[in-house]
Amino acid sequence: MSLYYVQKLLYQLNRDPELRRRFAADAELVLAAYELTTEERDAIRQADIGLLYVLGVNGQLLMHYAALRGFEWAAYLDAMREGVRRHGPVRTGVYAMVKD
Amino acid sequence: MPLVFAGACSHAPGITGRAERADPEARDACYAAFDRLRGAIEATRPEALIVVAAEHFANFFMNNMPAFAIGMAEHYDGPIEDEAWLGIRRRRIPGFRDLSERLISQVMQAVDVAYAEEWLFDHGIMVPLHFLTPRFDLPVIPANINCQGPPLTPLHRAYDFGRALRRACDHVPERVALIGTGGLSHWPATPNSGKINEAWDRDFLARWAANRRDDLLSYSDEDTYREAGQGGFEIRTFIAVAGAAEGATGEVLFYRPIPVFAVGCTTAVMNLART
Repeated sequence: MSLYYVQKLLYQLNRDPELRRRFAADAELVLAAYELTTEERDAIRQADIGLLYVLGVNGQLLMHYAALRGFEWAAYLDAMREGVRRHGPVRTGVYAMVKD
Repeated sequence: MPLVFAGACSHAPGITGRAERADPEARDACYAAFDRLRGAIEATRPEALIVVAAEHFANFFMNNMPAFAIGMAEHYDGPIEDEAWLGIRRRRIPGFRDLSERLISQVMQAVDVAYAEEWLFDHGIMVPLHFLTPRFDLPVIPANINCQGPPLTPLHRAYDFGRALRRACDHVPERVALIGTGGLSHWPATPNSGKINEAWDRDFLARWAANRRDDLLSYSDEDTYREAGQGGFEIRTFIAVAGAAEGATGEVLFYRPIPVFAVGCTTAVMNLART
């Protein structure tokens, strides 16, 4: 798990138009600069919003990445719900701080 | 000059960004409440407005997360978000660098605060400013409490931060207003977006209005998360305002859960002694 670096990439994409341009032009090159597992890299590349949520990405970062990748608000919420159905509860991060 | 105003309000991005999806009556009531809060601030003729916010990874990240930060720039830019998504145009907001520096120097006597000569405003500051300083002509001094990335700023430290801000504002000659902005219970940007725990919110607001320190500080993060969601961590901003108004009690001017805005929309003021 390298949730920190997943979130760092999304944080930087949200803030930096130049990084967004480079990511759009060559996602692999940008992804290679971050310590990510294969699962994380695939989820970011494929805009698997549901899996990114389950991996623990904070919604305050994820909602902007989802918007960047073309998810309308309702579709963004649905994608997270579908992620939980497919992959189970959030594994780490702030949404896993309290066990039900 | 003693602090001229202390209040609190919501900042959820849906308030502006999803305005057309809300019940018009509820939306208009919420907007009217913000208008009244603006009137209350303007009546105190402030020369600067400190916004104690719960920044959401617009500037501060887990590579170097301050428990507290205060802006110290001549100007700020925002919103960081897509303009259409938030419903607020990007613009430059005036700061007050010299005043920031004097306030920070005073706050530092009691609280180890980070200062920032760059600061991008996200919805957490832009939504309140959209209503409270709609011409964006009042100098703003942003402040941040870490409500996002655990380990979070302890509640009692947020109260002390408010006390330190109060001492600093009382120490400078300018007329300074203070607004805290955060959600109460909410589950922002998660599958539970739209869920609101009204009973929890009303209980918190009663404690805030009474400004009983022990009652305000008695929440554990685990309990808050269970009952009020991750967004509930933003009570720190309200608690800082209570600290700034220690000795005074407050008044909740407006509270209404509006699920499409994903928060119980709130405006509230502390009744400071008039100067």
